[in-house]
Amino acid sequence: MKIIVCIKQVPSVSQVGIDEETGVLLRDGVQTKLNPYDLLALEAAFLLRERHGGEVVAVTMGPPQAEQAIREAYYMGADRGYVFSDARFAGADVLATSYTLSQGIRLLGAFDLVICGKQTTDGDTAQVGPAVAEYLGIPHVAWVEHMEGADGGIRVRQDLPDTCETVFMKYPCLITVERGALVPRLPSWRRMKGLRERPVEIFSFVDFMDGDEGKYGLSGSPTRVIRMFPPKSSDSRETWTGSGAELAERMKSKLQEMKVL
Amino acid sequence: MNTMEFSKVNTEDIAYLKDLCGERVFTGDAIHEDYGHDEMPEYGVHMPDVVVEALTTDEVSAIVAYAHVRGIPIVPRGTGTGLCGGCVAIHGGIMISTARMNKIIEFDEKNLTVRVQAGVVLLDLIEESKKRGLLYCPDPGEKSATIGGNIMTNAGGMRAVKYGVTGDHVLGLTCVLADGSIIETGGKVVKDRSGYDLKGMFVGSEGTLCVVTEALMRLLPLPAYTMSLLVPYESVEACISTVPRIMEARIVPTAVEFAQREVVLLAEKSLGKTFPHKTAPAYLIFSFDGSTQEELSAAYEKVADICLESGAIDVFISDTEERLESIWAPRGEFLEAIKSSTDEMDECDVVVPRGRMADFIYFLEELRKEQDIRIVSFGHAGDGNLHVYVCRDGMDKEEYAKKLQTCMQAMYDKAKDMDGKVSGEHGIGHAKREYLAQSLSPEEMAAMKAVKQAFDSKGIMNPGKVVYID
Repeated sequence: MKIIVCIKQVPSVSQVGIDEETGVLLRDGVQTKLNPYDLLALEAAFLLRERHGGEVVAVTMGPPQAEQAIREAYYMGADRGYVFSDARFAGADVLATSYTLSQGIRLLGAFDLVICGKQTTDGDTAQVGPAVAEYLGIPHVAWVEHMEGADGGIRVRQDLPDTCETVFMKYPCLITVERGALVPRLPSWRRMKGLRERPVEIFSFVDFMDGDEGKYGLSGSPTRVIRMFPPKSSDSRETWTGSGAELAERMKSKLQEMKVL
Repeated sequence: MNTMEFSKVNTEDIAYLKDLCGERVFTGDAIHEDYGHDEMPEYGVHMPDVVVEALTTDEVSAIVAYAHVRGIPIVPRGTGTGLCGGCVAIHGGIMISTARMNKIIEFDEKNLTVRVQAGVVLLDLIEESKKRGLLYCPDPGEKSATIGGNIMTNAGGMRAVKYGVTGDHVLGLTCVLADGSIIETGGKVVKDRSGYDLKGMFVGSEGTLCVVTEALMRLLPLPAYTMSLLVPYESVEACISTVPRIMEARIVPTAVEFAQREVVLLAEKSLGKTFPHKTAPAYLIFSFDGSTQEELSAAYEKVADICLESGAIDVFISDTEERLESIWAPRGEFLEAIKSSTDEMDECDVVVPRGRMADFIYFLEELRKEQDIRIVSFGHAGDGNLHVYVCRDGMDKEEYAKKLQTCMQAMYDKAKDMDGKVSGEHGIGHAKREYLAQSLSPEEMAAMKAVKQAFDSKGIMNPGKVVYID
């Protein structure tokens, strides 16, 4: 069984500055980490590999230093990894990112399953996974919280807002995963010591089958960010004193006033 | 003064206190039942005659001065999170709650100090310091405890390996002495050799010498980088024997914690979260911090190699918020998890030299088999401090009491044999007095009693705690 996992580096802190004039995230000097949902995707892949055999291939799109993300996937348990990197891929929105990933995945030959995290913690769109599947022309289910390999396909439980739905899909297909019961394994020092020399292959624009530059990066991105700004936050607090009963009554009124109750 | 000589609180006393503190004085049924015990009600429930929620040092001073004249016991109390009955009014009297003295008075970023009222909650101080890029170093597990309580018990916590315990960060104290007089000891100075170190004497005195009302605490710049290692082992021996090797290699992690699988599984059940690894019999958890990634990597890579050389199954790296949470949230749940796994338990907080910790854990295994009772432990491997819990698990009450007594005595005796001490960080209170008395030489006990006598000749300050005065 061949499982491809899409991963991405995101800022490792929740408070990232925003250039209010250009609306661009100030990423310089900000530490990065693997998107937490992608760690779940990797864990799901490892568990399926443990049960059904096969290999786990990690892929990412980004600058050459995104190689670090692949290395981390190696240290967690991935067998192979690729970075899709080219200056022409820069500035991609959801559409161009999905297209780039689908083009990269096509270079890896036949596969059974693609797993993505539900969303990233920087872009938060939750659209890239399903869009990659559409470009690859394969079925997909998002928000999967439980999965098990079944005859020639996978049975998944999808966590919808009001219901849970169990779906069977034949391979090849794509899922995006929710936390569910998954606890990502930690990177292993033994693997780190043993795999430092394992290569990370880089595919660039010239390797891709579709050579239409207009489909990649900024030029392939119809989305225009008009304005980006940090959400308002407030530290204001009120201190009340009184008996337990008085405070409880006051709390109830306040919550009603705030329309929380 | 012995118990019989304490004055009973009467209506005139209550009237005086109400005149002083108004509605912040509680008597009879108005005293919440929580004031009768700490986190270990197993050691008995004792209600104070009156609870006063003080707001200022002057108020505390007036109350203590009055009690001194009248011969009424004074019991200071923060949020009551202690584990040995230290803040319980076993002789009744006036309980002074500092819970409403919860103001952070001043952050002095030039001198890296913070002045707080005694009732400031640990979590608030940690968070407020963090917002300013500063580290409040002491890290006791119970984050709802007050700073006053932490100082009075000299609370330790996980970062003690690198940063020491609460007392190591106390620069100054405002204290009310037994006669109500107020003293300011220490201050915003890095060095102080001006006479006796009174604040050093008050730290860990569990309210038996004075009531602390304000504290000046040391801060450090917040480390830019933190990370942890989770290290599974096939045996407890290999696990614990790693720690001295790390110290020998001249590496000082921020924290080194030890846990056995049984406790990890209890914490998982209690939290409803899965630990990142749970098939090994024993674990070490390391924490590191530093100002650069390079400094951190150099330390943790060396430690990781030593762990592998010492027989670790693997070393797992935890370097993001989510990964740290996946290890430390269950670690923070150990005590509650053990508590909720049984109907009754008692705890022992011995500390032994680091090199003897494995022997002590093996001794516990033997004791468990010999007494046929569940004994669960976890601890601070970096400083030799173990928390051991003897669980009743539905056993007949008398049989449990008998076995508990045998186990406790055996553990304290063993610790003494190993040059260990009765309490690493939870203190003595009234629950561990006998064991303290057994462990100290008559000369050392006499010196402690002399200190108590010197500061509290009438014996009204938190009577019945730490040392007996006949």
